[in-house]
Amino acid sequence: MARAYAMELEATERYAQFADQLDTHNNREVAQMFRKLAEVEALHAKRILEEMRWPSMPALPPAYAWKSAEGPETAPFDSMHYLMQPFHALEIALRCEQQAQKYFEDIAASKPPEKVRAAALEMAEEEREHVRLIREWLKRVPQPKPGWDEDPDPPRTIG
Amino acid sequence: MERRMNAPGVLAAPAAKDFKSATKPVWCPGCGDYSVLSAITKALATLGLRPENVAVVSGIGCSSRIPAYTTCYGFHGVHGRALPVATGLKAARPDLTVLVTSGDGDGYSIGGNHFLHACRRNVDLTYIVMDNHVYGMTKGQPSPTTEPDWSSKLAPGGTGLREFHPLVIALASGANFIARAFSGDPNGVAALIAEAVRHPGFSFIEVLSPCVTFRPEQREWKTRVHPAPVEPTDDPGRAARRLMTDDGFNIGVLYKGSRAPYRPAGGSAQRIEDLECQFRL
Amino acid sequence: MDGNASVSVALAGSGGAGVMTAGNMLLEAAALAGYYGLMTRTAGPQIRGGEAAAMLRISTFPGDGQDDRFQVLAAIDWQNVGRFAAELPLGPGSLIVGDPAQGEPPEVFTRSGARYAPVPLKALAREVPGAWPNMVALGVLAALIGLSAEALEAAARKAMKKGLEAGIAAAQRGFAHAAQLQGYPLLPPPGKAPRWLITGNEAAGYGALRGGVRFVAAYPITPATELLEWLSPALAKVGGTLVQAEDELASINMALGASFGGVPSLTATSGPGLALMIESLGLGVAAEVPVVVVDVMRTGPSTGIATKSEQADLGIALYGLHGDAPHVVVAPNSLADCLAATEWAVGLAESLQVPAIVLADQYLGQARGVVDVPKSNAGSAAPRLSAEAGTTAYKRYALTPSGVSPMAIPGTAGATYTADGLEHSESGTPSAQASDHLAQMDKRARKLAQLDPGDAWASIEGDGETALVTFGSCTGPAREALARARAAGAAVRLVSLRLLAPAQPQRLKRALQGVKRVLVLEQNHSGQFLRYLRAEYDLPGEVKSLRRPGPLPFRPAEIHEALEQWSGA
Repeated sequence: MARAYAMELEATERYAQFADQLDTHNNREVAQMFRKLAEVEALHAKRILEEMRWPSMPALPPAYAWKSAEGPETAPFDSMHYLMQPFHALEIALRCEQQAQKYFEDIAASKPPEKVRAAALEMAEEEREHVRLIREWLKRVPQPKPGWDEDPDPPRTIG
Repeated sequence: MERRMNAPGVLAAPAAKDFKSATKPVWCPGCGDYSVLSAITKALATLGLRPENVAVVSGIGCSSRIPAYTTCYGFHGVHGRALPVATGLKAARPDLTVLVTSGDGDGYSIGGNHFLHACRRNVDLTYIVMDNHVYGMTKGQPSPTTEPDWSSKLAPGGTGLREFHPLVIALASGANFIARAFSGDPNGVAALIAEAVRHPGFSFIEVLSPCVTFRPEQREWKTRVHPAPVEPTDDPGRAARRLMTDDGFNIGVLYKGSRAPYRPAGGSAQRIEDLECQFRL
Repeated sequence: MDGNASVSVALAGSGGAGVMTAGNMLLEAAALAGYYGLMTRTAGPQIRGGEAAAMLRISTFPGDGQDDRFQVLAAIDWQNVGRFAAELPLGPGSLIVGDPAQGEPPEVFTRSGARYAPVPLKALAREVPGAWPNMVALGVLAALIGLSAEALEAAARKAMKKGLEAGIAAAQRGFAHAAQLQGYPLLPPPGKAPRWLITGNEAAGYGALRGGVRFVAAYPITPATELLEWLSPALAKVGGTLVQAEDELASINMALGASFGGVPSLTATSGPGLALMIESLGLGVAAEVPVVVVDVMRTGPSTGIATKSEQADLGIALYGLHGDAPHVVVAPNSLADCLAATEWAVGLAESLQVPAIVLADQYLGQARGVVDVPKSNAGSAAPRLSAEAGTTAYKRYALTPSGVSPMAIPGTAGATYTADGLEHSESGTPSAQASDHLAQMDKRARKLAQLDPGDAWASIEGDGETALVTFGSCTGPAREALARARAAGAAVRLVSLRLLAPAQPQRLKRALQGVKRVLVLEQNHSGQFLRYLRAEYDLPGEVKSLRRPGPLPFRPAEIHEALEQWSGA
C-alpha cells in the first residue's frame, strides 16, 4: 500500500508537470484540466493515508520499483501534444485510472493481510468510480475534429 | 522554489523536487527531455547530494537548456564545448559532482573531438547525451546519428552517410562506464544516472530521447527498445564484440571499467616566493 | 671614456655546435659579474642541426631593446649563417671572428666594413681532449668584452655537468687567445643589487601565480609553450593544477570552467590559438566569468613565422569578439613588465569578472635577460566579489552601480545560478527582452568604464612638444632613442600604453598636453595601433606613423632618425 501511495503522488506530480507544460504553450483549457486531475490524485493520496491510518508519509519504495516503466497511474511524458484537446487529456486520465483500478484489484487478489485487502478493495472501487466519472466527462467534451493538430506556422528556432 | 531556511545543523536531505527549479522548460510537450530532467532530479536525490554541490554543464541545443531547470549550479556554454568546461571545473574543484548534458549535435558533431578526449582523459564526470537523431533547435537538420536516408531541407534524400555509433566511439576512446537509456522509462534513466555518478571516471550515458516535433516517427522507439540481454562487462574486448551486434536499442549498462580516474599532478603547498630562487643570481 | 656602456655580440654556427649553450653561459657570466644583459636567438627552420645564432647585449644599464649594430659576430662555422644577415647588422667598427678552417666570412657580413680576425677555434679546442669549439668561442667573446676569467669559470661551473673541466680549459684557451685582439671592454658594472635572470615567458608565468592563478589549461604553440611548461611544475609546487587540452577550443573552455568553480585561471597561446579562443572569450564576457589569456604574439597572418615577433594581434585582441563584448587588454612593455602586467591582468579579470588578454610577444617572451627584481602589482586590484551563503533571492547578474555583481562559487548554499552565454535577466534566466539586453550591456560596459587604472595605465617619461606613442616591445628601443634625443638637447616624451582596453582617452589627453607632434611606433604592417589611437582617442597636432611588420625589431638609431628628421629633434 505504500506503493499505492507513491503511485498517487507520482500521478499528482506528473499531472502538475503536464499542466505547467501546457501553460507555457498557451493551452490553458487543458492545463486547467490537468490541474484538476492533479488535485483529484492528491486527494486520493490523502485518502490512502487515512485508510491505512498512517500518521505521516511512509518510507517510499525506490522510484524504480515498478514492474512497468513507471507507476500504473502515471501518464507517460510522450502522451502530450501542445495542441491537445480536453478529450485527449481525459483519454489519458481514463487509461491511467483503468490501470490504477487493475493495480488495486491485483493487490486485493494477491491474498494480502486483511486490513490491506479491505483497503485495496475500497481503492479499487474508488478507481472504478473515477473511471465512470471520466467516461461521463468524456461524453460532455467534444470529440477532436480532424486537423486538431494542424498548426499553419512552422516550428521556430529559439536559439 | 522556496529556499528552506533550516535550523543550523539540521539539513533535510533534498528530495527530487528540490532539484527542480521554478523555471519552466520551453521544450515541446511530448519531448523526451522532460523525462531526462525528471530522472536527473531523482538520481541526485537518491544519491543524497545537495544542489549547491552539484554542477550541470551544457552546450547548445534543446537538451542543453537543462542546467537552468535544476537548482544546481549550472553552466550553459557555447556549442560543443561543455566537456572541456566540465573538465576544467572538476579538475579545479574535485569536491563537486559534475554532470554534463548534451545532444547528438552538440556532443557528437561540433563536440566530437572533446568527446574523444574526455573519454580518454577519464575525468570523474557523468556525460548524458540526449540523442534524437536530429538538430532540433535549428529546425531539423541531420546529425551524426541520423539515418542516411532521412530527408531534410539541408540534405534532401538523406545525407547518405553512415551514422556514428557513439557507444563504439566511447569504448574505443577509453570511457570507464558506458550505458544506453530510453527516455520513455524515466525511472530507468534515473537508476542509470545514479549508477553512472557512483562509478568513478568518465561515465557516458546515451539516452534515446525522441523529438516529437521534427522526428514524430520516433514514437515507435518505445516498441523497439529492449533491455540488454546480458550483464555489463568489464572487458573492453567483450564489450566491443557485443557492440558489433548492437541494434541501437539495447538498454542498460554495456561496460563498467576499472581505469583510475584522471588526477592532475599537484598537492604540495609551497609558498610561491620559493619559486624565485631559480631566477636569483 | 675608456669603456663601453653596452656591447652587443653574436655567436653563430650550425647544428650540434652548441651556440645556444655558449650564449647562455656568456649571459650568465656577465650577470654574475654584475652586468645587465639580454639574449635573444634566431635559428633556421630545422628542428635540430640547423644554423643558429645567439645574440647578446651586455650593458651597464637595464634595458631590453637591441642596439643599432653588433660589435662582434663570432661564428663557429658559416653554414647558412648569411640567412641571419638582416638580424645581425654590423658596421665599420665591428669585428668578425671566424675559424679560418671553416672558410671566409660571407660577403654579406664583410661588406659592412667590419674587420675580420681569424681564430682557429677548432684547432684550439683539439688541444684539450673532449673540448668543443663553442667553449673556445665563449672564452674569446668573454675576453673581448672585458669579463673576468673568474666570472667565465663561475658561469661554466653553474651550467655544465659533464665535460666541465674540458670546457673550462677550452674557454681559457679562447680567453687567452683573444688578448691579442682589439676588443670592446665594458665599463665597470653597476653596483651589486638583487637581480634575476629570467625570460619574458617565465616572468609572465610567475606573474600569473602572484596574481593568484591556480589553474592553467595548456595547448602548446610557439612561442608560448615555454610559458605553459614553466607553469606545469610550478603550479604543482604551490597546490595548483595544469591540464593539457586537446586544442585551444578546449583550453579556453577548461579555464572558464575552473574559473566558474572559483579558481583564478589562465591559458597562454599565440595568434592562431587566440583566433580559436575568440568565441569562448565572448562567452566569458557574456556570462561574466574571469579568465586570462596570454597571447605571445608572433608574425602573422595565419601560420606566419612561428619563431618571430610582431605586434599584429592588436586588432583581434581588441575587436575580435562578435557582438559588443567589452573586455580587458593589457600589454607588457618590457621583459620585466611581463611579470607585473600579467599579475595586473589577473587582478583586473578577477575584480571585474571579465576575460583579460595579455599582449606579450615572441621578442619579450623568449628573450632571456638580467632584470632588477620585478615589482609586484599586488594590491592594485581587488579579488573576486563573491556571494555569501544564505543570500536570499540571489541574482547573479544584479544591476549594481559599479556593474560588478557578487559571483557565487559552487558549493555555496542558497546561491545557485546558471552562468549563461545567452542574454539574460538579472537572475540569469535567459531573456529576449530588449530591456534586459540593454541593461546587461550597460552593466558589462559600466564595469570597465568605471575602472580607475591609476598610473599603471601607461609608462610616461619625459616632456616636450614631440611625443612618441607606442606599446609592448617597441618601448625598449624607443626609450633608448629618446635618451639619445635628450642627450642631443631635444625634448621628447614617451607614452607607452599598458592598458589598451578599456581605453583611457582622458588620461592620454593629459599625457599629451602641449604636444604638437605625435610619432606612433608599432611593429605591424597596416598600422593597427595607429587606427586604434585614432578611433579611441583625440591625437593632437601632426601624427606620423613609424611602422613595419616583423620580424626585425626596431633599433634606436632608426627611431631617433625619424624623430630628428621630423621635428629637428
